[in-house]
Amino acid sequence: MLSTTANREAVENLSTQLEVKGRSLWDDARRRFFNNRAALTSLIILALVTLFVFIGPALSQFAFDEVDWGAMHAAPSLASGHYFGTDSLGRDLFVRTAMGGRISLMVGVMGALVAVLIGTLYGATAGFVGGRTDRVMMRTLEILYSFPFMFFVILLVTFFGRNILLIFIAIGAVSWLDMARIVRGQTLSIKSKEFVEAATVYGVSKWAMITRHIVPNVLGIVAVYATLLVPQMILFESFLSFLGLGVQEPMTSWGSLMNEGAQTMEIALWQLIVPALFMVTTLFCFNFIGDGLRDALDPKDR
Amino acid sequence: MRNIQHTDNEVLLDVQALKVHFSIKQENAWPWTKPANLKAVNGVDLKLYAGETLGIVGESGCGKSTLARAIIGLTKVTDGNVLWLGQDLTALDEKSLRATRKDIQMIFQDPLASLNPRMTIGDIIAEPLRTLRPDVPREQVSERVQAMMKKVGLLPNLVNRYPHEFSGGQCQRIGIARALILDPKLIICDEPVSALDVSIQAQVVNLLKQLQREMNLSLIFIAHDLSVVKHISDRVIVMYLGNAVEAGTKDKLFADPRHPYTQALMSAVPIPDPKKEKDKQIQLLEGDLPSPINPPSGCVFRTRCPHAAEVCAEQVPVLKGEAEHQSACLRNGELPVAAVP
Repeated sequence: MLSTTANREAVENLSTQLEVKGRSLWDDARRRFFNNRAALTSLIILALVTLFVFIGPALSQFAFDEVDWGAMHAAPSLASGHYFGTDSLGRDLFVRTAMGGRISLMVGVMGALVAVLIGTLYGATAGFVGGRTDRVMMRTLEILYSFPFMFFVILLVTFFGRNILLIFIAIGAVSWLDMARIVRGQTLSIKSKEFVEAATVYGVSKWAMITRHIVPNVLGIVAVYATLLVPQMILFESFLSFLGLGVQEPMTSWGSLMNEGAQTMEIALWQLIVPALFMVTTLFCFNFIGDGLRDALDPKDR
Repeated sequence: MRNIQHTDNEVLLDVQALKVHFSIKQENAWPWTKPANLKAVNGVDLKLYAGETLGIVGESGCGKSTLARAIIGLTKVTDGNVLWLGQDLTALDEKSLRATRKDIQMIFQDPLASLNPRMTIGDIIAEPLRTLRPDVPREQVSERVQAMMKKVGLLPNLVNRYPHEFSGGQCQRIGIARALILDPKLIICDEPVSALDVSIQAQVVNLLKQLQREMNLSLIFIAHDLSVVKHISDRVIVMYLGNAVEAGTKDKLFADPRHPYTQALMSAVPIPDPKKEKDKQIQLLEGDLPSPINPPSGCVFRTRCPHAAEVCAEQVPVLKGEAEHQSACLRNGELPVAAVP
């Protein structure tokens, strides 16, 4: 057996050789995320879907609102150039899926982004500051909750006319409410932990406390909830479109494409299958990415 | 044994008649019912001299942690003054407080809970420095962090680890490193070892003692373990229900406890010798700690005191005696001297 001095020397030698450069939580999280195969694959697939959505229309000879009179309800074929077939009016489904994907992805990502940014900061601030500020902020939230959103959307549409921007505003307004509540609850429990008190003792400012101590500790829940929110927002958009308040013909979204496809599924199954396949793939990807993010952001979970 | 000459040393901290009361909303009460007043700390005086260790002991709920939190500003002070080098901390706003925050730091009871689970050890130890001394350049921060880690007995290459990868004792060392990185003058240790195993307790306490010598620190050491307090303190204050019942230098207080409560505490300390332990008379205290919402009149200890007399219900005792050993008991002098093991 080695003597203790030799041991100590060996340890000291080793310790000088090892790197002592600091890494941040974000470096670690990135490394862990890219080591997660499911999450990485999902990210790649999602990138491909996004790529298709943006350059797809350029690859086809048809425009998204162009009616091909000779090919109504045409099945998918490479020869005709209708790779995914056509809909009941003879419009090319390949281009329409790509165009619809733009709207759906944008709505989904926007909703989640608004929720993460506004919801997290709003909830964390309310929970952390507490007292009267908390009460005022949460009552404001409840007022927004009780606001009839259909009425709000109809009002917007009547005043400003139909516009894709209005959908974004409507969706942005609803998406962060739940998130703010969840984050506030979490913040209340984290606030009483000793590390927050320790930070108070050495004078960390309120803003740094929220961004450095509170928010990283609620990110796990935020990541999961945000990825569940993306599909929810996509469905919310298709609901608005179904009521005639969302995107309007000839513009489309995955939700409205599936709605049309469901009506003709007995005679033209591809009209339902194609947008559904894209939507399901996207949602799966978001879920896996959410899981991966949660695991990556939790240093305990390796 | 070091002997602190009080006359030579400057007074770092002077706490005068400190009161911390919490208003508690009563359950099932009318909305207009006055909230109850919980007197967690009810008029405590203490002086801390540079370089000494002040031990504060008492059972759970006696207000020792609240006292510490009030001194450092984590809890609002209801009444009284906390003078730090002559400056009243209770009157300062957040901005002016930042200047003194460098001088007073704290070590917490639960070692793991006091470290942010999402921050690496390096970031945790560096955070006070980055917050209060933004002028220190980046390379110097990491140098100082590594030097401090060595000082508390951690390998510097552990900077990228997260708190959950460490044992309780190591976590407490990290907490100590974080408290020391600002070169404070005073460290308040709020039961720093009560969550640790006995063998680790000794390591951490001895580390604190060693660092105190090296860095000329003052410590306020809160514990409910008398033997730990005896080991590390120069002076000791015994608290009961928000009041200081006895105060004095370690040697005098442990050799000759005057207050009945201190005597009871001392008699409860186990002796690591079975023969002596068998013959020892344990002075059991009956009943529970009275509610601090509605403390007994007069002497707060009278409800459990074996020597209580009528006068105890009428008069409030104050700390009396020579500067090195004071006790707050109305029947001092009339009582039998306790046999101290």
